[in-house]
Amino acid sequence: MNIKSGKELLNICSEQNISLSEFAIKEEMERSEISREEVIQKMKTVLDVMKESTNEGREKKIYSVSGLIGGDAYKLNKYIKNGKTLTGPVMNKAMARALSCSEVNASMGRIVACPTAGSCGILPAVIITAGEALGLDDEGMIMGLFASSAVGMIIADNATVAGAEGGCQAECGAAAAMGSAAVVEMMGGTPEMSLNAAAIVIKNILGLVCDPVAGLVEIPCAKRNFAGAVSALTTADVVMAGISSKIPFDDMVEAMYRVGKQLPASLRETAEGGTATTETGLKLKKEVYGE
Amino acid sequence: MKDYGVFDILGPIMIGPSSSHTAGAARLGKVARTIAGGEIKSVVCLLHGSFAKTYKGHGTDRALVAGLLGMEPSDTRLRDALQIAEDRNINVQFEGTDLGDVHPNTVKFLIDGKNGHCEVVGSSIGGGNIQISEVNGQSVNFTGAYPTLIISHRDVPGVVSKVTALLYEMKINIAFMNVFRTQKGKNATMVFQCDNNIQDDLIYEIKNIDAIENVVSINSIAEG
Repeated sequence: MNIKSGKELLNICSEQNISLSEFAIKEEMERSEISREEVIQKMKTVLDVMKESTNEGREKKIYSVSGLIGGDAYKLNKYIKNGKTLTGPVMNKAMARALSCSEVNASMGRIVACPTAGSCGILPAVIITAGEALGLDDEGMIMGLFASSAVGMIIADNATVAGAEGGCQAECGAAAAMGSAAVVEMMGGTPEMSLNAAAIVIKNILGLVCDPVAGLVEIPCAKRNFAGAVSALTTADVVMAGISSKIPFDDMVEAMYRVGKQLPASLRETAEGGTATTETGLKLKKEVYGE
Repeated sequence: MKDYGVFDILGPIMIGPSSSHTAGAARLGKVARTIAGGEIKSVVCLLHGSFAKTYKGHGTDRALVAGLLGMEPSDTRLRDALQIAEDRNINVQFEGTDLGDVHPNTVKFLIDGKNGHCEVVGSSIGGGNIQISEVNGQSVNFTGAYPTLIISHRDVPGVVSKVTALLYEMKINIAFMNVFRTQKGKNATMVFQCDNNIQDDLIYEIKNIDAIENVVSINSIAEG
């Protein structure tokens, strides 16, 4: 990338008077030496796969290969149709979509790793649900995805998006930060407001450990995906109300990376701590792998 | 520090559940298939570390076989790969093993195919990225991210320059190159990771160089 930080990203966007999505499109054209149309077409393919994976689990019950999780996106979808949700259809649809992607992933279906397979539900849920609520077409959602990638590239360059390296805060945290920044742009916010949203999301997910039961991308991953989607959407509203992050984005990325390195190995995808080693977590592990 | 592109962050498009245990495993299988020369009759997958411990839960076994059958990590038939292999009378075995001081997600393929026996060692190093470390007992080092040429040859002077001259003639730019040998004057391997796709006529010409024993060309593992 031509830039190394959120600060440089904001400078370039303001100098050239461009959005985060436009920045990402230009970057990719230069990097891959392909036309604008080709770059956008590639993202259209990404969006199409995301749409499928957000729908599949809501329409029918999908279970993971291990049998540990499944059927929850379907349940939530049914619950929405009863019309008595507390937090409204937008929030509940986002949660159902995130769960659907996680269930599709765990059942060996097709997903987009964004940034990882473990966190693959957050960005599709956030972009598609916000796009729908804001009345945007595919192109609007594709721009949202490009905006999210600008934030994701900076996080990956300066910190990590791997659970084994930085815990769940690095995977689901990055995904939610990317999603929130994108929604702010989709709502007409400035690049600066987008980075405020990303910073606030990281702040709120900071320290989240990666502790998968039986080492599988199922428990607690699927539920952390819906929680990440909620965090991304609610934070977009907070920022659109004019609230900013007192600690800037670059500082929060640095803090996230530092906290990740401080986490013991047992809480970085090794299944040797946290949820994985609860009494029930260990019992489930035995059910999957035998004694 | 790695330099990420848009589709490194929003991608790959893949069959779940894990980029390292599933997508990376499928890519390892596919590269091994290419090195083995295509069609495979039987394969033993020696699994090391996390691959050995969690392969069933992550579908690593299905992904490895899917790759060996020539599938991409995004192929929806991946989850049925074991059945497909059985239907095609391909004998597949998985064994846990200790491959020593290697990456936790490492596999050694023992393949019998139409070109005879072949052995490949590779690791899934995260995010679906892979690294091949050994081909037929010879140390190598490449990722499959670039079009790659693996050339086995006798360790005699001038072979490398003859090959690079041909690459230059065909306007192939070399991104990375390594030369490995087991013993002076005996078997050696050169590996070129290139910026451009490699055409069949170039492979034919390289094969015609004296002292060249075998040429394997691997297309970039990136789809689309």
